[in-house]
Amino acid sequence: MSLRNVEELSEAHIDVLREIGNIGSGNAASALAGLLQCETRINVPSVRMLDFEDAVTYLGGPENITIGMLVNILGDINGMMLYVLQKPFASKMTSQLFGSEIEDLMNLNEMEQSLISEVGNIMAASYINAIASLTGLTIDISVPVLTTDMVGAILSVPTIEFAKVGNKVLFIDDSFIIGSGEIKSNMILVPEMRSLEVLFSKLGVSV
Amino acid sequence: MAELVTVGIADLNVVKAPDTLVTYALGSCVGICLYDNEKKIAGLAHIMLPMSREAGQGVDNKRRYADTGIMELIQTMNLQGASTSRMTAKIAGGAQMFSVNSSIFNIGERNVAAVKKVLSAYRIKIVAEETGSNFGRTVFFHSDTGTMEIRAAMRETKFA
Repeated sequence: MSLRNVEELSEAHIDVLREIGNIGSGNAASALAGLLQCETRINVPSVRMLDFEDAVTYLGGPENITIGMLVNILGDINGMMLYVLQKPFASKMTSQLFGSEIEDLMNLNEMEQSLISEVGNIMAASYINAIASLTGLTIDISVPVLTTDMVGAILSVPTIEFAKVGNKVLFIDDSFIIGSGEIKSNMILVPEMRSLEVLFSKLGVSV
Repeated sequence: MAELVTVGIADLNVVKAPDTLVTYALGSCVGICLYDNEKKIAGLAHIMLPMSREAGQGVDNKRRYADTGIMELIQTMNLQGASTSRMTAKIAGGAQMFSVNSSIFNIGERNVAAVKKVLSAYRIKIVAEETGSNFGRTVFFHSDTGTMEIRAAMRETKFA
């Protein structure tokens, strides 16, 4: 049997993805701690399949302004990753590192942009390394591209890509404890169905 | 009382004056506003992808595609008394949200091209267009006047 649609994924498949999410988020927390020079922990992430409309609602409604960072996954596994950052998270990063909060997400200065890109890089690499180390597969990521706009418009990009394989997106909900405060960020994963098969068979989960 | 009727992604709706249609945060998707000025009937479709035949195995949601979505929008408007020969079109969206050169990233452009092709096949004239560039758009379509109102983050609201 081969997977045609993400809706065909079983609970065992989701568990595998959840475990990758766990390891990836753990990697991300230690990398962030290094970057921010402060204690950074992470709660167990929640990994779910969500409808586009539900994902948008969860992220504050279609017109909520967020930062979106897109990374292409290439190699033995192909796909796309979208990292969604809301203002509190971005502000926490800049205040830890530069001592100033972000006033307007639409008008980031050069320093803020480069910091946010670096955080995006760290997050994407953390998940990809989790997959690579679990499976032994060779996976590369592209340089992240960044935009700030309505979250509905940002999410339409992976949704259109995902439309070929299903109506839902794979939604990872991360909650970090940085210093004293807890903040959330979200990662949306858009795998190719064939790549998922490769992944599951490498890990000994039947498809 | 005029109502505000929402059109989701890969969805469509038709209203009569004085109601207003809205679709939020179009990125690469395209919003197609069709209007019969004589009957004051307005329709709005929010499509995600160009042609349904490119979908490969089985088209499960016709409203996702430019061709099948526009066809259903016209039929729905016809059922409410609108005439295709009187219809005019205003379109918005089809942005490239992320600046990367790759086929999947110029999907906005391909969506706009497909929409134009389909509308021309029905001989429906495009009288206003707010497409392309790199930002998201929310579209309101007012059925009493046939005005399309475009809102975008950090930009002035446009009327077309």
